[in-house]
Amino acid sequence: METTSTLEKSLRFLALSLVVIFFMFPIFWIFLMSFQTNETILQIPPSIVFTPTLSNYAALITGKLTTSAGTLDIAFMRNLGNSVFLSVTSVALSLVLGVPAAYAFARHKFRGSEDIAFTLLSFRFAPPLLVLLPLTQYFQWLGLSDTYFGLIWVYQLICLPLILWIVRGYFEDISADVEYAYRIAGHSWFATFRKIALPLAGPGIAAAGLLAFIFAWNNFVFALVLASADKQPVTVGALAFVTSSGIQYGQIASAIVLSVTPTLALALYAQRYLVEGLSLGAVKG
Amino acid sequence: MTTLELRNIVKRYKTNTVLDDLSLDVANGETLVLFGPSGAGKTVLLRLVAGVIDPDEGKILIGGEDMTDVDAEHRGIGMAFQNFALFPHMSAHDNIASPLTATRSSADAIKSGVGKVAKLLKIDHVLSHHPKALSNGQKQRTALARALAGSPPLLLLDDPLRNVDAKLRFEMRLELPRLLASQGATVVYVTQDYKEAMALGDRIAVMANGKIRQIGTPEEIYNAPADIGIASLFGDPTINLLDVTPQKDIEGVYVEISKVRVALPGMPDSVAGQSCVIGIRPESISFAKDTAKGAVPIEVEAETPLNEKTVTLVLTVGKREVLVSRPAGTPGPVSGPAHIVIDGRTAFLFDKASGALIRKAGTAQQGVAA
Repeated sequence: METTSTLEKSLRFLALSLVVIFFMFPIFWIFLMSFQTNETILQIPPSIVFTPTLSNYAALITGKLTTSAGTLDIAFMRNLGNSVFLSVTSVALSLVLGVPAAYAFARHKFRGSEDIAFTLLSFRFAPPLLVLLPLTQYFQWLGLSDTYFGLIWVYQLICLPLILWIVRGYFEDISADVEYAYRIAGHSWFATFRKIALPLAGPGIAAAGLLAFIFAWNNFVFALVLASADKQPVTVGALAFVTSSGIQYGQIASAIVLSVTPTLALALYAQRYLVEGLSLGAVKG
Repeated sequence: MTTLELRNIVKRYKTNTVLDDLSLDVANGETLVLFGPSGAGKTVLLRLVAGVIDPDEGKILIGGEDMTDVDAEHRGIGMAFQNFALFPHMSAHDNIASPLTATRSSADAIKSGVGKVAKLLKIDHVLSHHPKALSNGQKQRTALARALAGSPPLLLLDDPLRNVDAKLRFEMRLELPRLLASQGATVVYVTQDYKEAMALGDRIAVMANGKIRQIGTPEEIYNAPADIGIASLFGDPTINLLDVTPQKDIEGVYVEISKVRVALPGMPDSVAGQSCVIGIRPESISFAKDTAKGAVPIEVEAETPLNEKTVTLVLTVGKREVLVSRPAGTPGPVSGPAHIVIDGRTAFLFDKASGALIRKAGTAQQGVAA
C-alpha cells in the first residue's frame, strides 16, 4: 500500500462519508420512523427526538392494527413467511436447474445453444405486466392461480435467467485445462463437474443466488395478480397499511425494517464467501 | 510402457485444417519430442491423444488398442500442461493425489504414492500448500508430479518448461531425462525450444502446418535437415543461407562465394547449374589468414557473445551477411577486413524452388517423412 498524505486521507474520508450518508439516510430515517407513532412522524418540523414506542412492531406481530376507525386484522407475519418460503424455494429450484444448464452452455457449444441461452435471457426483457394477463388466464385454466407452486413457477422467470447467465460466465472463466487435467487423471465428467467446476464457480453461484433471492424477494406484481391474501409476500402485504382512515406510516416503516432484515443478513453473511472465493490463485503464476 | 500409433489423423476447426492426415508411431519406452513453431498443431495433437478433443478422421491406438472413441479418463495417460492447470482449490498433495483417488486406492497407498513422487521431484516440503502459495518452479514440479503419480504407461508433456525461468529450465532439462527414464514410460514431449528437443528426445518429430515434416534422431535432424525451414529452426545462432548456383569441374561440385571456390564433396553432379540455397552452420566457418586455401575476403561488422560462443556478423564482398561462431576466448578479428574459410563438407544444399534438401550421392532417404 502506498503512503497517502493526511489531506488526501481526510478528503477521501469526507467523500466516502457523503456517499454513505446519501445512501443510508433513508434507511436510517425509516428505522427511526418504525419506533414512532403516526403523530410524531407527521409533526412539523420533524424531529429525531421522540419517545420510542414498540407499538408498531407489536401490531405487526400480533396482527391487530388499531386505527381511529377501529381494529383491523393484518397478516403481516404470514406475508413475511410467504416471502421467505417463495424466495428460498424459487432460488433453490433455479439453482438446481440453472447451474447444470449454465455449465452446459459454457462448456458445450451445440447447435442453437446461443439462441436458447439468449431466449432464456430475454425473459428478463419482457415487461411483467404484458406477460401477466395471458398468464392469469392460463393459470386459471390450469388451476395454478393462488398456489405456491404456480408462484414459484412464475418466479423462475426472475431467478433462472439471472443465475444462468451469471454462473455461465464463472464457468467460462475456469480454464478448460484444469477440467481436462482432472478428466485425464481418471475421473468421470460428472466427478469433474462436482469436484472442479462447482467449487471453482462457487463464489459466482453464491453471488447469483443472492441476487436472484433479492429480486425474488422484491417482486411485487406477479404475486399481486396471481395470489390471494394468504399466499402473498410482504411486498404485496404492505398495501394493507393504506387503510380507509389513513396511511399507517409507523407500521409501514417497521414492516420495511422487518422485511429488509433477512436479505440484509443474507448479504452480510454471503459477502465473506464472495470475496474469499474470488481471490483463489489463478491457473498461471 | 506402451506404444502409441496415430493413423491418418485429421482435425479441422471450421475451415481451418489443424492436423492434416498425420500419422506417427512412438515405440515402447521411447521419448518422442514434438517440435515446431507455435500454431503447428503440437498441442492439438497432444490433446487428441489425451482424449479431451476428438479427431475428425483417423485412429489413435495406445498399446495396440483402438482408443479413438474412449473417454479421457479410461485411456491411462498422464499429462502435464504448459500452464500447469493445477486445481487451485486443492493442496499440492491433493493435486498430486488426483490420479490415485480416481482408482479408489486406499488412503495409505495414496499417501505413499504421493510421498514417493513428491520426493522424486523435491517438493515433499510444500505438499500442504495451495497452488497460489507455490513458486512457479514448485507449481511446475507439482504438475509433473501429478502427471507421474498414477505411473501411467503413456506420458504427455505439453511444453512443461515454457513458463519457468531460464535457470529452472536448465536444471529441469538436466533432470528430466533421468526422471523419464526412471518411470519407464513412453513419452510424448512438446516443445518450441530446439535445445530442449535435442536434449530430451530419442527422436524428434518436426511439425509445421499440421504435418510432420521430418522425424529422426536429434543427430539426423541436425546433420540432415529435410528442408530449409527445419535447418533454420535448429541451431543457435541460426544457419547461414545463401543463394548459390553450384558448378562442376573435374574435381567435383563446388560453389563460388565472393569469387572463391568452396568445394562440396559428395554432392551429386546433377545439381550443377541448378538454383540452390547453401546452408552453412556458423560453426563450420572459421577466420583464416588471407593466404589460406579457399580464404574468402570479408568485412567484420559486429561481434556478440552468445553463451559459450562468440558470434561475429561479417559481410562478404557482395554485401551478404554471414554469421561466424567460435568458442569464446579464442582470438578473432574485431573489425575491418579479414578472411574466412568455409568447410564445404558440412554444408547443406537445398533446392531453391522447393526448399528440399539435396542429398549427397550415395546417402539413403533414411528417417525422412514424405
